[in-house]
Amino acid sequence: MNLFNVIDEIQQVDPEFQDRISPRRDAIKNMSSFGTKIAVAALPFAFTTLFRKAYGQTATSSVNDVLNFALTLEYLEAYFYNQGLAQANLIPAGDKGYFTTVAGHENAHVAFLKSVLGSAAVTSPTFDLTAKGTFADVLTNYNTYLAVAETFEDTGVRAYKGQAGNLLGNQVVLTAALQIHAVEARHASAIRYLRASKGVSIKPWISGSATVFNDTGIAAVNASYAGENNTVQGGVDITTLNAVSGKTSITAAIEAFDEPLDKASVLAIVSPFIKAS
Amino acid sequence: MKTLTDNLQSEGMARRQFLRYAGTGAAVMAGVLTMASCSKDHSATVVNDHVDLGSGDIAILNYAYALEQLEAAFYTQVAATPYSGITTYESALLTDIRDHEVAHREFFKAALAGNAIPGLTPNFSTINFTDRTSVLGAAKAFEDLGVSAYNGAGYMIKDVNYLALAGKIVSVEARHASLIRNLIAPGSFADSTVIDANGLDGAKSPQQVVPIANTYLSGKKILAPSLGIF
Repeated sequence: MNLFNVIDEIQQVDPEFQDRISPRRDAIKNMSSFGTKIAVAALPFAFTTLFRKAYGQTATSSVNDVLNFALTLEYLEAYFYNQGLAQANLIPAGDKGYFTTVAGHENAHVAFLKSVLGSAAVTSPTFDLTAKGTFADVLTNYNTYLAVAETFEDTGVRAYKGQAGNLLGNQVVLTAALQIHAVEARHASAIRYLRASKGVSIKPWISGSATVFNDTGIAAVNASYAGENNTVQGGVDITTLNAVSGKTSITAAIEAFDEPLDKASVLAIVSPFIKAS
Repeated sequence: MKTLTDNLQSEGMARRQFLRYAGTGAAVMAGVLTMASCSKDHSATVVNDHVDLGSGDIAILNYAYALEQLEAAFYTQVAATPYSGITTYESALLTDIRDHEVAHREFFKAALAGNAIPGLTPNFSTINFTDRTSVLGAAKAFEDLGVSAYNGAGYMIKDVNYLALAGKIVSVEARHASLIRNLIAPGSFADSTVIDANGLDGAKSPQQVVPIANTYLSGKKILAPSLGIF
């Protein structure tokens, strides 16, 4: 759904439509920035509701599918971080600030996506953070908790990236998705930084080699890193490109680009964390 | 002298429709009006003492290429002349980042081929490369700016393959930004100076970013009439 095309069509029927959804002076500010809650509140995000109320039409479902997929992942992450912070003896005092920051964002993402979706928002599943026992001590062993956090964030980045194409040209929704995607990448980098501070050999970026695609050291999360050691981008083999000296190493080629993951693969990774209803 | 409204009407652009393309500020609007008669569809060219990014997806790719050139040059300097007191850990990470930015730069150069803008000449005179605070502060600014630039330009991309490539790069820039911020102040990787109340990262328009990038260029500056940058 291209917002501007839809507004154009409505404009032909109702020339005052743009003024009713957003006074012209605010339109400039709103279209250029998602910066504040006020700007968000002023924007008519529940487009489907807007159309149904005014014209009895329905918007396409594909954008909502993307947003609800994102919302489901955000529900999981928010629950994971809220639960972690609620455990008395899990997160060391020195690291608490990191998780308070991350949890705050995930909770904000849940609220934001729900406000965009309006009545089309899915409700939260019930979660099993042990993934049916695979991570049995996730809430009692900080090393396990860190590893699962790292995987959630890296996978979340891949999930958003995998959906970007479905939002091609959509100024409002694609921009928001990219803005969330970048925050998840910051989280991933920070969790890896924390793991490294505990002595784990891990970088803020996803690394690897010709034979290693999962740099976490945890085989159980292989599915989350499938394809991450790709070195060909847009038909260009990155290792043939000039580096500061010689050609770009395989390591640098792998690290310089994060890979998307399709929805089905992401859901397969996430489903063990969802309790069957 | 024509009035603002007369110019709009004579170019056949109703004010309501114009707002669809408005960036920020009255200065940009006035600039677009005076240049509206220029309909030449140009690829990247060197015009007088400026570099034109071109139009369409080429302009967006050149925009990214320009920013990656700046970052690659910056980190190459950082690695070549490390700041006082740099640790082995910091050196390894900053060298990695250098290699990523060089890879990004060379990728865009290869992908753009004949449509690529030329190499830009950076001006880092405001940065003290011997000082950790100055270097990391500049790194943080470049990374946060790069993230917001990719986020703000994504919707302009028409070819889904280019959007996918931009997506693969921007998350790596965000990882960089997060790490640099943690080096400056542990835990500040995504604080309220860069993340808003909805948990969203920055998104800046090319009109906002290019003037900032231009302050780090000597010689030829960037312009892009197709993106409203004059």
